[in-house]
Amino acid sequence: MLPRSQILLLATVAASLGVTMFSDGIDPYFLLVIKNVGINIILAVSLNLVNGYTGQFSLGHAGFMAVGAYTSAAITLFLGPPLLAAIGMHGVAATAGLFLAALVAGGLVAALAGLLVGIPSLRLKGDYLAIVTLGFGEIIRVIFRNVQSLGGALGLNGIPPYTNFFWTFTFVALTVYVIISMVHSTYGRGFLAVHDDEVAAEAMGLNTTRYKVIAFVVGAFFAGIAGGLYGHSQRSIDPQTFNFVKSIEIVVMVILGGMGNTVGVILAAVLLTLLPEFLRPIAEYRMMIYSLLLIVLMLTRPQGLFTWRRAKVQPAT
Amino acid sequence: MSSAPSPTTLLEMEACTIRFGGLTAVSQLNLKIGPRDLLGLIGPNGAGKTTVFNLITGVYQPTEGKISFGGHSVVGKRPNQITSHGIARTFQNIRLFPSLSVFDNVRVAFHLHLRHDLIHALVRGPAFLREERDIREQVMAMLAVFHLEKFHDEPAKSLPYGDQRRLEIVRALATRPRLLLLDEPAAGMNPTEKVELMRLIQFVKDKYEIAVLLVEHDMQVVMGICQRIVVLDYGVKIAEGTPAEVRRNPKVIEAYLGDDHPVIT
Ligand SMILES: Nc1ncnc2c1ncn2[C@@H]1O[C@H](COP(=O)(O)OP(=O)(O)OP(=O)(O)O)[C@@H](O)[C@H]1O
Ligand SMILES: [Mg+2]
Repeated sequence: MLPRSQILLLATVAASLGVTMFSDGIDPYFLLVIKNVGINIILAVSLNLVNGYTGQFSLGHAGFMAVGAYTSAAITLFLGPPLLAAIGMHGVAATAGLFLAALVAGGLVAALAGLLVGIPSLRLKGDYLAIVTLGFGEIIRVIFRNVQSLGGALGLNGIPPYTNFFWTFTFVALTVYVIISMVHSTYGRGFLAVHDDEVAAEAMGLNTTRYKVIAFVVGAFFAGIAGGLYGHSQRSIDPQTFNFVKSIEIVVMVILGGMGNTVGVILAAVLLTLLPEFLRPIAEYRMMIYSLLLIVLMLTRPQGLFTWRRAKVQPAT
Repeated sequence: MSSAPSPTTLLEMEACTIRFGGLTAVSQLNLKIGPRDLLGLIGPNGAGKTTVFNLITGVYQPTEGKISFGGHSVVGKRPNQITSHGIARTFQNIRLFPSLSVFDNVRVAFHLHLRHDLIHALVRGPAFLREERDIREQVMAMLAVFHLEKFHDEPAKSLPYGDQRRLEIVRALATRPRLLLLDEPAAGMNPTEKVELMRLIQFVKDKYEIAVLLVEHDMQVVMGICQRIVVLDYGVKIAEGTPAEVRRNPKVIEAYLGDDHPVIT
């Protein structure tokens, strides 16, 4: 008998598959918005491991997203077609396999970037870490802008539209499952301990550096996956898409959801993705109202919009 | 009671010195603790007692001198490595994981003895689930011994002060130490709680068969339970001996005179 969480995971994957079968009937614009909701859930839930549970303030999530987006797009655009032709495979299964491999590769390269950035910078605390990760995100953008084989400032276009409802929500389910399972274990409680009091965590035998690096690498991995899904949904990516405004958007979802509260963060990601869409009819005031709402929400519910009970994670005293 | 040295030495500090800029917080300190000792470490405010704890646990590195535990040098090791060798501590200003439940505070301290890691947590196989159940039982049993089980689901920060101090001791014990360092465990406790604490420290030492190094300002507590006491003043060891010996030592009396601390009686 599988644990309940695994049954839920499989059920979500099956349901996503079911929806995808009928997605031809769904309004394409609506479908695009729904996929964006899913992608933002992946981004926010994975950043929540770093900023919420582990308490390390990262502002570089869009940078890892960019790494994943470019890696996976490069694979499906340049590497995949000749490869599939060479081994004589085609059809739905072949493209599905290629896309899955591209997404995972994007996640892995992003995770590697997370490791490279994390090891030196996670010794820094609070504001300093935020600045370093912000800097990393910007450097990544500058690099992609200057790599001509990846389209330079124009980015990559004509990316195959592989991101459907199934892939998006399968990875949403996987992200949520992985992070909740990790945190719900004696080993994984260490993330929260590091957040609460690093000195005490060390004194209990926890290698706090390792916890922080793991959080960072896992967070970067899923940001990379989200980037891959995003590229194959929008069909074009450019460095500007992944600027620090995107990073801040994700941070806002985490804060609004209540740091270290996965359900709250998911709801916040849904809300903040849909809100601008609902405000679309009043185009010129859209961003103003959006920003005003954020300010009001932060002032009235600083503990997070969706933290009903006591906060699971609060600043150490 | 005799103050004969223990057959073997568990912890040994040799000529340890640490300076913070111009300030010598601990100077040429020699300290020995045997496997089942209950050693008191006292001295006026700022004498360097907490600094000694931080040296032993790797929070600070000595400027000079050696520290060995169980015959192996621990200088240069990270605090978490030192804990894995068998030294656990509490903090003068309680440092629980405030937002974690009482249960989770103790559970986290099982870290060093876990057979599972994050991969097992993802797969959630039978061995993992069994270990988690075992840990749950062990934590609840430990909490029961210290009468904290009724709080197991409460966030640690919501506990009464005295209970927080006791929870810190339980958490330290969960790392399965051979040496327990207690930094002013009686601070903020009322007289009844202090008596209870003395009984508890004795009990812990016997039940878990460990050595205890106790820093405490409350002389009744220290004199009441320690076999041997070391006195620090301005980072220098000025006396060492049984409670009776220390109490009549003129240097000790002088160090405490004019200090706003309870005079040794
Ligand atoms: N990290 C540090 N940097 C600079 N000075 C320090 C540091 N840690 C301790 N000190 C100084 O070292 C001296 C000893 O401090 P310590 O905290 O060890 O005293 P203590 O005996 O524990 O005092 P108390 O009884 O008040 O707890 C003090 O003068 C303190 O200011
Ligand atoms: Mg002190």
